Order: sequence, then C-alpha cells, then structure tokens
Amino acid sequence: MTSLTLSDPRPSPPLKTRRVMPGFGLTMGITLVYLSLIVLIPLAGVFFKASGLGWDGFWHAISTPRVFNALKLSFGAAFFAAVFNAVFGLLVAWVFVRYEFFGKRVLDAAIDLPFALPTAVAGIALTALYSGNGWIGQFLEPLGIKVAFTPIGVVVALMFIGLPFVVRTVQPVLEEAEKELEEAAAVLGATRFQTAVRVILPTIAPSLLTGFALAFARGVGEYGSVIFIAGNLPMVSEIAPLLIIIKLEEFDYRGATAVAAAMLIISFVMLLAINLLQGWSRKK
Amino acid sequence: MTQPVDHSLQDPPKLPFEPLIQRNAVITEQPWVRWLLIATALIFLAGFLLLPLVAVFVEALRNGLGTYVEAVKDPDALSAIKLTLVVAAIAVPLNMLFGVAAAWAVTKHQFRGKQFLITLIDLPFSVSPVVSGLIYVLIFGAQGYLGPWMSDHDFKVIFAIPGIVLATIFVTFPFVARELIPLMQEQGTDDEQAALSLGASGWQTFTRVTLPNIKWGLLYGVLLCNARAMGEFGAVSVVSGHIRGMTNTMPLHVEILYNEYNFAAAFAVASLLALLALLTLVLKSYLEWRLGDELSATRKH
Amino acid sequence: MQIQIRGIQKTFGSFQALGGVDLDIESGELIALLGPSGSGKTTLLRTIAGLEFADSGRILFGGEDAAPLPVRERRVGFVFQHYALFKHMTVFENVAFGLRVRERKDRPDNDKIKAKVLELLDLVQLSGLDKRYPSQLSGGQKQRVALARALAIEPRVLLLDEPFGALDAKVRKDLRRWLRSLHDKTGYTTIFVTHDQEEALELADRVVVMNKGRIEQVGSTDEVYEHPATPFVFDFLGGVNVLPGTARGQNIDVLGVDVPLPCGIHEHTGPVDVYVRPGDLRVGDPAQPGFEAEIISVQRTGPIVRWDVHAKALDQRLEVEIPHLHHDVSRHAPGQIVRLRLNQYSVFARIPPPGAKSGSTLPDTKLIGRERERGRLG
Repeated sequence: MTSLTLSDPRPSPPLKTRRVMPGFGLTMGITLVYLSLIVLIPLAGVFFKASGLGWDGFWHAISTPRVFNALKLSFGAAFFAAVFNAVFGLLVAWVFVRYEFFGKRVLDAAIDLPFALPTAVAGIALTALYSGNGWIGQFLEPLGIKVAFTPIGVVVALMFIGLPFVVRTVQPVLEEAEKELEEAAAVLGATRFQTAVRVILPTIAPSLLTGFALAFARGVGEYGSVIFIAGNLPMVSEIAPLLIIIKLEEFDYRGATAVAAAMLIISFVMLLAINLLQGWSRKK
Repeated sequence: MTQPVDHSLQDPPKLPFEPLIQRNAVITEQPWVRWLLIATALIFLAGFLLLPLVAVFVEALRNGLGTYVEAVKDPDALSAIKLTLVVAAIAVPLNMLFGVAAAWAVTKHQFRGKQFLITLIDLPFSVSPVVSGLIYVLIFGAQGYLGPWMSDHDFKVIFAIPGIVLATIFVTFPFVARELIPLMQEQGTDDEQAALSLGASGWQTFTRVTLPNIKWGLLYGVLLCNARAMGEFGAVSVVSGHIRGMTNTMPLHVEILYNEYNFAAAFAVASLLALLALLTLVLKSYLEWRLGDELSATRKH
Repeated sequence: MQIQIRGIQKTFGSFQALGGVDLDIESGELIALLGPSGSGKTTLLRTIAGLEFADSGRILFGGEDAAPLPVRERRVGFVFQHYALFKHMTVFENVAFGLRVRERKDRPDNDKIKAKVLELLDLVQLSGLDKRYPSQLSGGQKQRVALARALAIEPRVLLLDEPFGALDAKVRKDLRRWLRSLHDKTGYTTIFVTHDQEEALELADRVVVMNKGRIEQVGSTDEVYEHPATPFVFDFLGGVNVLPGTARGQNIDVLGVDVPLPCGIHEHTGPVDVYVRPGDLRVGDPAQPGFEAEIISVQRTGPIVRWDVHAKALDQRLEVEIPHLHHDVSRHAPGQIVRLRLNQYSVFARIPPPGAKSGSTLPDTKLIGRERERGRLG
C-alpha cells in the first residue's frame, strides 16, 4: 500500500478539462446564450414584474371575481377534459395496440391531428360543429345541451387538444407490456376482467398519469381552440389566457402579469404534485 | 368428451377446435367485447378528430369554389400567407441550429445539472402561448423594460414582425432538441469516438458521422417545429397587433375574418392550414416509417 | 396427475412447431423437455398449459380431455422464463393472486389466504420477504416467488419454462438442486423446458429430447446419454465425431481399421456412419489396431482437456476429450502423431443420398447398433 502512495506524485488533471468529444464549449455556449435570451430572461421578466406588485398588489389584481372565475374555468375545464381524455385515450390506445381492423394505420396517424392542426382552425371547426345549427349541435340542442358558447364548449375544445397526449404516452407502454404477465394471471385463474383491472391497469397507470398531466397542463394554457367556442362571457365562459389578453389590450400590464404569474404558479404546483405522485407510485 | 384412461389411443378424434379456441383465447377478450371497444373507439375518433377536419373543408366550399378562390386570392390573405412563410423561414432554422447544438452538448458530454438543463429546454411547452407572448410585451412593449429605448431608436418589436418571430421561436423552441436528445442518447458516442480516433476533426466527425445518424430524427423535429410555427395563434396574437396586410399571419387572418362573420373566407384560409396539417401528418408517417425502430423508441411527445 | 399427449400438431403460419407429438407423463414425475431453440419444446409446454391451442391432437389430464377447459380452469402451475411477477404487487400479493381472483364461493377468507401464502413462502425459503416488491429481489428469489405463486393454486401439474435460463451459472446450480429436493418433498407432477443438457440430465427423472417439432427420444437420463436413439440425440447430448465406414458382414472398415459390428446385430453391408463421442476416442498402443491422427491444438476447459486432431486417412478434423489428470495429457503436445482407437461407438446405416455425412445434418440414417470395445477399462 505504501508504494502506491509514493508513486505518481503529480496530481491528475481535473476531470473537467479532459473531454474526448469536441465542441462542448461551442455547443454549450450556443445553448446557454440562446436559452437565456429567448426563454429564461423573458420568463424571469414576468416574475420580476409580478414581484414589483408586492403581495398586496398581486392579491388585489387576482382576487377580483372575474379573474377568480377565469382561473377556475381554465383549471376546472382542463381537469375535466384531461379526465375524459385519460378514459378515452386509454381506450383508443388499447384498441390500436391490441386489435387489428381496417383503417387502423390511417387512424393511428390521425391521432396527431390536434398537434398538427393550428389551434385557430380547430377552434372555428369545433364551433361550427357544436353551435346550435351545427352538425352535432343540432342534435344536442333539442336535448337541452348547449355546448358552443358555454363552459362545456371549453371542455370539448380542450378534449380535442389533449387527446394525443394521453394516447401517445400510453401506447408505447402498452406495446411493450409483457404478455407473460397476462398469461400468468390467466393461468392463476383470473378472468379477463380481473386481469385488466388488477394486472394491466396498474402496469400502465404511471404512463396514464403522465398523459393526464400533459393534457392537463396543455389545457390550462390553451387559447386558440377555446376562444371561438367559449363565447367569452365574463364570469361564465372567459378563460384565464383570454383575460390576460384583454388586460393587455387595456394596457393593464400589471393585471395581465398577475394573472400570468398566478397561472404559472398554480400549474407548477399541480405538476409538482403529479410528479410526486408518480415518483411515489414508481417506487412501489 | 369423458374418455376412459387408455394408453394406446392411436387415432385421436379431431378437436372441434374452432369454438373452443374462441372460448380459450388466453390474452384477448371475447369477440363481443372486442367489437364493442373497437366500435366505441372508431365512433369517438370519427366524431372527435375527423369530423372537425371535414367541417373545415365543407364550410370553406359552402358558397362555391369561386368564393373560395377569391378569399384565398384576397391581398390581405396573400400577405398573411407571405408573412407566415417568412416567420417560419426565420424561426425554424434558428431553432434547428439551437436544437442540434443543445442535443450535442447534452448527449455527447457529461456535466452537472444536465437533467435541469433538459427541463429548462422543455420549459416553453408548459407555458401558455398567451404568456409566451406576454413576456415579450413586458420587455419590448411601450411600457416594457426596453420600451423607452426602443421608441427613441425608432425600432419596433411589438406589433411588428420581430415580435412575431420572437414569439414563434419561443413556442417552437424545444421541438428539434426534444426529438434529437433521446435519439442521440441512445446512439451514444462510440461512432464519434471511432471517427476521432481515425483522425477526423470535430467538424468532420459531426458532418460525416453524427449527421447521417440523426438525419431522419432531425427532419422529424424540423417538421413538427414548422407545423407549430406556421399554425401558432395565441403567442402571435398577443404581439402582433392584428394590422391587416402588415402583421397578420394566417391563423390571425382566420380570426379576423371569422369575427367579421365572413365565415366562408375564414374557413377558406383555414382550409389551407388544414392542408398543411394533413401534409405534416403524411410526412410524419413517412419519416416514422423511414426511421423505423430508430425512432420508435423515442416517439414521445 | 397423469398426463397423456396424443398426436399434438401445431403450426404457426408455415412453420410447423409441433408435428404429431405423443407422450405419457406419470403422476409425480419430473420430466425435462430438452432441445435446441425452435424444437417445439416451449410450444408443447404452453399447449399443455392451455396457453396455445393445438391444431389437432389431444391432451388428457388424468384421462379427462383438457381441450374444453379454458386456461384459467385447468389449474396448472406455470413458471415463466422471465418470472412474469406482478411488479406493482408485493411478494405476498403475488403469491396470493391466484387465491384472491377465485369466485367468491371458492375464495378462502383472508386469514386462510395469509396462512397459505406464508406457508408457501416458507417452503421456498423466502420467509420474511413477503412485504418486498419484485424489484427488490435477486433473480433466484424472483424465480422462487414465481414458483410459490404457481403452487398457491395447488396445480394438477407444474410447468416450468426454462426456469433457470435467466440466472447466472452459480445460482442456477444451487437452484437446480433445491428444485429437485422440493420436488421430492412435494411430489407435484412437473414438466420443465430447457436447452441445457446438463440441467436436464441432473434434474429430471426422464428426459424428452425434441427436435424440429418431434420427439427424438424419451428415456431416463442414463438411457438418452448412454443409448442415444438417433444421430441428433447423439450430437445434442455431448457432441460427437462422425466417421464414415463400410460394413462388411460382421465387421466395419473405419479408416482402414476393422472394428466389430455391434454384437446382437444382424449382418449389414453397405455404407455406415460410426458415431463416437469425443470422450470415447482413446490414445491406443501403436501396436494395436487404430488410426493415426496429428494433434493440432490442445485446449484446457476446466476438468477436461480437449484435443483438436487431424485424421490423416480421412482428411477430417476430430475432437478428443481426455480427463485432465489422465497420463495422456502430459505426454502429448501439438504436432505429435497419436494412434486413436474407438472406445465406444454407435453405428448408423447411411441411407442415400450419399455425401450427407457431417455431424449435425443427418436426416437419413438409421441406428443399427452400438458397441463398446471389448476389454475396455472402466
């Protein structure tokens, strides 16, 4: 052991300077500069501005009934749409992965339509479909269900926007699920339903939760597809992002910033909670 | 079917297997469950995804082809199309360069805080488009941090093209990096190290080894980035000022026409964007097919 | 539970996985299905379990046709190669699963389930690990949980698919012995699939050697090793050298050496293949009959020394295995000429087409007998 300590008296150079791959300084430099200029500094501006309001100013700006209702609608509608998407997204992913039927490949590609279709286009198309004389609205109207220009319309638009998030997170997990697990359950005497509930669902639950979170987060901030179908009635069907725009148009920068900051904070807290939940379920 | 124990069963009867197989099928559902699920999914997708798409084209052509062509040839519509193309032509290459640089830095090197950096790159996805526009108004707007300086130098960002470009860059920021990082992570650095050991320079290594390995993934990211860049509405809406013929992109033009109750024209312009979406989906399917398993492992959003 | 398999055929598309398999398994037996990959052994096991459906043929459980029984009513214990443990359940819940999913009228109450599961965990020597999750267990422990889970439903037959395939060599050996003693204790009729001949020979009462969807030979471990019925079994269990020869009356001319045709066999005339294991080629006295070969290389693999030799008369490479302490080992080095004799061999008549003779592709041969050299030392 002593000989070891005696040999090699030179300190080895710090690891940092010994990179095999070239270009770290250049690419990291580009990344950090661009990221800071485009994203970090402007985003920090929101919080800087919001903190300029002080706690009282901030609370004053967001505690009006109109802001409160807008936030409630944005988060509530996004939540219901995400729940709905979790159910139907799971169904669609299941059908795509497990069954063969005519037109499957085309439909599989069409799942990404809400990603590819500009939100404004989706918005006016959904409005045309669900308004009182639209293709779908004309059947719902007599039943007393008004979709367009009500909070239900907001949920419908967010369902459209959020669907691919769930399908595309659950699909690969279902594809890779070991079929031995289901066979093992069957051999042990479980019915197909018991297998689905006790074996398959717990296996894909983390990905389902991720898909839910993604759809939810997207729904909270969504603007383009919602404003056409929502009707934008203050206190009733006015979403938070629209309120930001209205306040900006009134040159109420402080009010707009306060709403934006509130949205960012609530989203952040909810995503944190979902992440914790996921970490907890993964540990099991 | 009870048989006495018989060790010399020479010629067993054929199994009446067809109905039995259906009953026995181990890891699939009974046919009626299967068909019920498929039917539900199909009806849901048809009503929820395809119907809106069809509606766009039907509404666009409601007043005949003449109105349609007129709406598209309208000078304001043409200038909106031009602006949309210009904005995408600036934003997409910039984000592509950034995406490649970021993916190289993140996947080919080890450093502390890597995961944090990836999270920061993804950040624009979790910010509302409206907030994305707002942040630039707060900086460059008339009452913004740089507002006074800008008006002194007669340089406009908000309610002008630079603002639209900035907002577009922000919302499409992560697309390319997001596709490349998992792909390049999976590919590792063995190929590059082999090239370097054979005497290639860093740049040669990148262009001759890395780029061919990631080209389909890169195209995929660029495709998604472009679709979003041309279709972005919320962020652009905040910074544009909606000046017809000047700062109107196609999605904004759709909104203006729609709010003027000129539905046929609104849907006509919208149908162009819908065609773009369809083209994107077709190319995307093609790229996914080209990438095969190279990308399938990373096909996440 | 006695199991009879009759004429089972199964094709996947154009690939014939099982081409008419007949097999009788006695109650309480421990049987190995041994064969290379693609030989149909796993398909046969899964068909017995009810996880695959035969195109034709039938499987009788204690004389009762199992075909109308869906897999969940067959009461078979199946242990999967990669364990297939439910990752979101504790060890306890994994083992309890088969009891918990029973219909209410058959379901034991919670106390009974608990007692049963703890008893099984004790049996597989995992007491105290009941609250762990599968991810917290080693490979060998997972395998034992899978076994306990399969035993929980008191199966009529226990089926194991490559039970030790995913484990490292040391664990595999320990687990193998443990499983043998567990079987002796519990007496379940057990069928396991393996491609490892050593595993099959060490563990099983009887070995079923399979190839290309058919059974090549069924027999005790001694039988299949000492008396291989087909060239395939010969080759698969322990490797083989194939020497072309010509039978004339009572003798066979192999490389210019006359060796006796196995006793008790009728006269035979015509081309034959003589099968001799690498360990059954011995260095002979130069004065005695034998053939000459040059040692090409010497390789030591644990307790065995392996020579690569070149038989001059045949212009063919042969493999020779010698125990590492044998005096021949130290006496010979590469480049030396040795005289080899056949210690024990089998003779297969070669049926046209001629030319097909190499060790592994031997479709058209027929066993006509085997012989040990007279006066051979133990």
